[in-house]
Amino acid sequence: MRQFKGRVIAPGEITAEAVVSKEGFNTLASLQMALQFGDKQVKCGDQNNQELYGKPLLDKALCLPQTIGSTTGGLVLYTACCMKKNPACMLFANHIDSLAAAGAILADVWVDDVTMPVIDELGDEFLDYVQDGMTIIVKDGGIVEVYE
Amino acid sequence: MILNEEQQAILNGSKGETLAKVMKTIVMYGDAFEAEKLVPVTSNYNHLVTSFGLKVMTPVYDLMQQLLDAGVCSEQKFSVDPRPLDDNVPANLLQKLVFNKFMYTKQDDYEEQLKKLGLLADDAFTCTCYMDEVGNKPKKGDVLSWAESSAVVYANSVLGARCNRNSGILDIMGSIVGYVPYFGLLTDEGRKANWVVRVETSKKPEAQLLGSAIGMKVMEDVPYVIGLDKWIGTELDDAACAYLKDFGAATASNGAVGLYHIDKLTPEAVELAEKLILEGAQEYVIDDAELERVQKSYPVVWKKPNAKPKLCFVGCPHLSLDQLKEWTIAIEQALKANGQKKITVPTVFTAAPGVLKAFDKTMYARRLQKTGVITSYICPLMYMNNPLCKSMPVITSSNKLRTYTSARYYRDDEILQIITGGAEGGAK
Repeated sequence: MRQFKGRVIAPGEITAEAVVSKEGFNTLASLQMALQFGDKQVKCGDQNNQELYGKPLLDKALCLPQTIGSTTGGLVLYTACCMKKNPACMLFANHIDSLAAAGAILADVWVDDVTMPVIDELGDEFLDYVQDGMTIIVKDGGIVEVYE
Repeated sequence: MILNEEQQAILNGSKGETLAKVMKTIVMYGDAFEAEKLVPVTSNYNHLVTSFGLKVMTPVYDLMQQLLDAGVCSEQKFSVDPRPLDDNVPANLLQKLVFNKFMYTKQDDYEEQLKKLGLLADDAFTCTCYMDEVGNKPKKGDVLSWAESSAVVYANSVLGARCNRNSGILDIMGSIVGYVPYFGLLTDEGRKANWVVRVETSKKPEAQLLGSAIGMKVMEDVPYVIGLDKWIGTELDDAACAYLKDFGAATASNGAVGLYHIDKLTPEAVELAEKLILEGAQEYVIDDAELERVQKSYPVVWKKPNAKPKLCFVGCPHLSLDQLKEWTIAIEQALKANGQKKITVPTVFTAAPGVLKAFDKTMYARRLQKTGVITSYICPLMYMNNPLCKSMPVITSSNKLRTYTSARYYRDDEILQIITGGAEGGAK
């Protein structure tokens, strides 16, 4: 087990299986088709993301450097949370970007029955270590435990 | 973050629970970026990125309704991104069915909400709200709460306004409370360049290709571009502004650029020149070979890479009045040279409703119509944002449209040849 500490953007505790993108996560391209056409597993629809394309994102611990793409990204993430089609948590190696921050904060403030912990600044080492299928436990205070 | 008395009172609920939640959202957003304070939004008008009534986005419209029900509206009127539908634009029966019965079923309801929330005018739908014909043009130093990435980068870079790359919904919330967090591109320090880009091409670089190359290299950083004045001059005239509009949209969509400086041209570069460059800034040299490398790197995601194009979009971001006139002349000349009377690929030129009205008053409108080109106020990106378009070979000279959809990118000169019968497109 390796433990990492980051900064809490949206609080919460959760256990989930990791899915990892070493490149920027395009929120609109990844989620919109799945939300639009009712994909129950919320498979990633971004053809440009070779690591994630076609993989289920629902209830996974999404590990990423940052999000990229359209500035509708925040409201797409907010919508996913409202529809309960969101990842279990989002774990950023870098400082969170403005679009992901908006989505996470909108969900935290405006959606009553959804918890999606969001932690940033976990560092490059976190993203180097974590791999698809590993078990992630998010604890209070920005603690992230990764189990092989 | 330190809040003043008024801001703290709103956060504490002095003006109701809903406005308190709006303020909480803005404060948490600022906290995420270590903003020390909130600063007033000072522009005359706001601009929203969310223009589409997509059924899947119902939670967004529910949130807008919460704001309306609580009487929480902005004092600023606003323009909004382009509409996703226009009957002028070619679509087959299946596409029309998908657009109208499955995807954009909330369009009418959402437009009603926008009117109640403060839409500037019934036709204030465009990504180029800063065009004179539209009238939402911020002044230098204005603080904005915008989100449309191509408009944000234009306002920051060409107009000298100050705005972060906000997300949709945050744009209207900042305008409602009248404050935005002070961080990033709002600060003097955040507007300094951490990249120096030297343009060393042998001819004028294509705006959307140059922007793409820079965006992919610097991502969210601020580039200071040297050598472009040789090709687009040292005055922000209509031609330079149109060039920078297209260049900026590509930097923002192929990367995440929110501000660029063009040496000897854009306002802050003229004032401060190389004082804007941070010590230790990285360097990127762009020559002909680099632009060719970048264009060749774009993946072709058509199902049949050699298919003949079925549709062409030009105008993402929306075209200016002068661009519409220039395209008209270029198409007429190319048709003549290629022995054609009309264009050979269905082609849509998109521009703001106000720009199209102005264009219709010129002699060019009839001439363009005669070539077979269709004009529209539509958002090409919204048109293509569905599974049916994945199997449709669409070409474009927009690097933004290429990035977000299956449309294939060609330079303007290549597009001109393809749509006037001088080249096939697809198989190259």
